[in-house]
Amino acid sequence: MKYLLAILALTFSFASSFAQQQDPEMADVMRSNGKIYVVVTAIVIILVGLLVYLFLLDKKITRLERKIEDNR
Amino acid sequence: MRSSWWKILSVLLLLYTFIGGLLMYVPRLDIVNETIRILYFHVPMWFGMISLFAASTWYAIRYLRNPGTFNDIYSVQLANVGFAYGMLGILTGMVWAKYAWGSWWHGDPKQNGAAITLLVYSAFFVLRASIENEDQRARLSAIYNIFAFIAMIPLLFIIPRMQDSLHPGSGGNPGFNMYDLDNSMKTVFYPACIGWILLGFWIASLRIRFRLIEEKYSLS
Repeated sequence: MKYLLAILALTFSFASSFAQQQDPEMADVMRSNGKIYVVVTAIVIILVGLLVYLFLLDKKITRLERKIEDNR
Repeated sequence: MRSSWWKILSVLLLLYTFIGGLLMYVPRLDIVNETIRILYFHVPMWFGMISLFAASTWYAIRYLRNPGTFNDIYSVQLANVGFAYGMLGILTGMVWAKYAWGSWWHGDPKQNGAAITLLVYSAFFVLRASIENEDQRARLSAIYNIFAFIAMIPLLFIIPRMQDSLHPGSGGNPGFNMYDLDNSMKTVFYPACIGWILLGFWIASLRIRFRLIEEKYSLS
């Protein structure tokens, strides 16, 4: 029984140290407390803003093209 | 708005890239850690650049077969946006290199190849700016454009693979496919590439239409 426990303990300690090696550091805290959503929201706002700007520019050029067509 | 479906598709794919790219699962790896997510932003810049340059070369060939200002404008404006994409690619690469390799410019074959590609293309714009005669400018720059595209292929795809490189995916280093043992990153990476490429063509189309209006009124 003592042997068995020792082997079990060794196996678990080995397994846990192995698991630590296999687990590189990632931004888990940032994900678990939800702060990652702040980052996502910020960059999505900037993306949407720039894309809306591009849409408006596209519309402006279309309007200019129509004006030129009408004047011909 | 002209033929807007692919522009809306680009917007949707980019929104998915930004949200999914930051929130979805990525493999846990040493050294790269969370920076692996740069794959969704850095690599599509190069794919976008190559697509835009390919389209630019296509119009350069069309110009040589059928000289007309129309083809010249298309060719130049596509190259313009492609160049901007390349600059963004090299800058994002430098930021990542500082983190992963320890220096902004590591002299890595892939970095050098990308830099030389951009220099070859910047010579294209210098060449254009230095010729007064319009027909001559269009013809010479079309020929140079084809050369530049052909020069890009060994610089980006062949030479970095023949040397030791720290860049993921070359010199025996794990690349996209090895990071991605369970294909988890492809669900964001492929849509990201399509979204960024479409955005590049959208911006190029606006530049082309602007130049065509200018041309119509001989404003330039």
